[in-house]
Amino acid sequence: MSILVVKPGMLTSVQDSGRIGMASLGVGYSGPMDSTLFRLAQALAGNSAEMAALEVTINGPVLRFNVGCCFALTGDFARPKIDGVAVGCWRPLTIEGGAELDCGRLRSGVRGYVSIAGGLAVEPVMGSRATDLNAGIGPNNGRALQAGDVLPMAATPRLSASRSNWSLDPLPWFDTDASRPIHCIAGRHRDALDAESINTLERDEFRIDVDSNRVGIRLGGPTLRLREPLELVSEPVNFGTIQLPPGGQPIVLMAEHPTMGGYPRIAQIAAIDLGRFAQRRPGERVRFAWLSVEQAQARYLAQQRELATLIRAIGERL
Amino acid sequence: MARRAPPQVESTGECTILLRFGEHIERWCNDRVHAAVRALQSPPIRGIVELVPAYASLAVHYDPSEWIDANIDQSPAEQIASALLDRLANSFDDDDGTTARLVEIPVCYDAELGEDLVESSRMLGIGVDELIARHVDGNYRVAMLGFAPGFPYLLGLDPGLHLPRRSQPRLRVPAGSVAIGGAQTGIYPTTLPGGWNLIGRSPLRLFDTTRKPPQLVTAGDRVRFVSITREQFDALARDSD
Repeated sequence: MSILVVKPGMLTSVQDSGRIGMASLGVGYSGPMDSTLFRLAQALAGNSAEMAALEVTINGPVLRFNVGCCFALTGDFARPKIDGVAVGCWRPLTIEGGAELDCGRLRSGVRGYVSIAGGLAVEPVMGSRATDLNAGIGPNNGRALQAGDVLPMAATPRLSASRSNWSLDPLPWFDTDASRPIHCIAGRHRDALDAESINTLERDEFRIDVDSNRVGIRLGGPTLRLREPLELVSEPVNFGTIQLPPGGQPIVLMAEHPTMGGYPRIAQIAAIDLGRFAQRRPGERVRFAWLSVEQAQARYLAQQRELATLIRAIGERL
Repeated sequence: MARRAPPQVESTGECTILLRFGEHIERWCNDRVHAAVRALQSPPIRGIVELVPAYASLAVHYDPSEWIDANIDQSPAEQIASALLDRLANSFDDDDGTTARLVEIPVCYDAELGEDLVESSRMLGIGVDELIARHVDGNYRVAMLGFAPGFPYLLGLDPGLHLPRRSQPRLRVPAGSVAIGGAQTGIYPTTLPGGWNLIGRSPLRLFDTTRKPPQLVTAGDRVRFVSITREQFDALARDSD
């Protein structure tokens, strides 16, 4: 039971919910860039979040299944097809043995997810099936999928899954409206910026730089300056930390970020908006809005409760 | 900050609190970080997912949903911060690392394996033999692992051996390279890009994802370097393949 990668797409990698618990060894979490869409794909395929699925970047792969199974796609896939026949996203789907799934490109956003019922049975590395492309850790020696790769499937529970034709409303979970601000928490060194730079950070627009990847997203547009240079000792950093390197162009640390960072930390993207931020394409605009830690935490907990309720509801309909 | 003062507490995210014990790379401060790791590990504190020690700070990753209490008028962040500070205030761990695990690492200080050995000794104005003797003489402490999986940052480098980083970093530093960068010394666990000065190489594999555990040294360990000959290096390198 396996899937043959006929075409890999632009950058497709195996991901699970992350390699958690090894940061003290310098091993980051990796995992999906948009964990909300990842979890919804898993729910629609009847999987739990710890299982392994595929993260797709802008152009999706072509996959040939040697047995039939259930699967799901989340993200704004323009024209996904099975053997040339169009299929929908945001719903449980089935594919016959021998058939080919052509995911095609994403109409908007950067990442999409392909979740196969039962999960991908690739060999875990240090307890996780997440791929860390930057560190070269994970399935296939930590690299992206290539044509000819064979992905083993876990035992498929059932093929019958719903032939019903409901699908999930992507809103509010997937929202690429670039006019909506991304919420942030002020970082420790925000107040070390000069007055004009604080204003710029709080009110002005940045642009997603082309030179961005799963390690970090650079913010183009205005540059920011410190009042005076800071000599800092490296500290642990998070997914979503906005650092300011000496050049003045902020960089947002993403799923494959190094565990430690020595640049000033000017902000932290709120967890509620991290997936939405990860979906912004190079050239698109970003403006920030501000929350206190307590507000951000309360909203995060509320969002997690809503997502859990939705995932339970999906489970009941499968 | 006074050496016994409670750490600064900063919520760096919805699920992370950073405890900061100082602002500089200092032995006493790193000792406090590792003492705090021990104090917070046992008995376990509700909701803590992971502790990540650094030079002068410690990240505590936690699950805030474990700290929701309708009867308490405090956010999970405030509650867990109090729990962490209470635990640390009631811990009297003054261990300065002398009882920590000691790991001996064989190093071949050879101009071929440590490409910058000769240049480093010239920059320091001392002979190659003296550089090696003073590097081997150090009582090192693994302050933290970072930069790349399994990369140990060592405290305890002889102040006479501090060297600026290379102006042109190398794209590929061979695995096992022992190097000096500023006031720090470390060992490249795998082949990586890097800008430190290479003075020797260890035949041991410091990090191997197929090994259990993958790391040879961990944060808080003591390290001593043992100088070996090229013949010993070649023999040990064959064994670890």
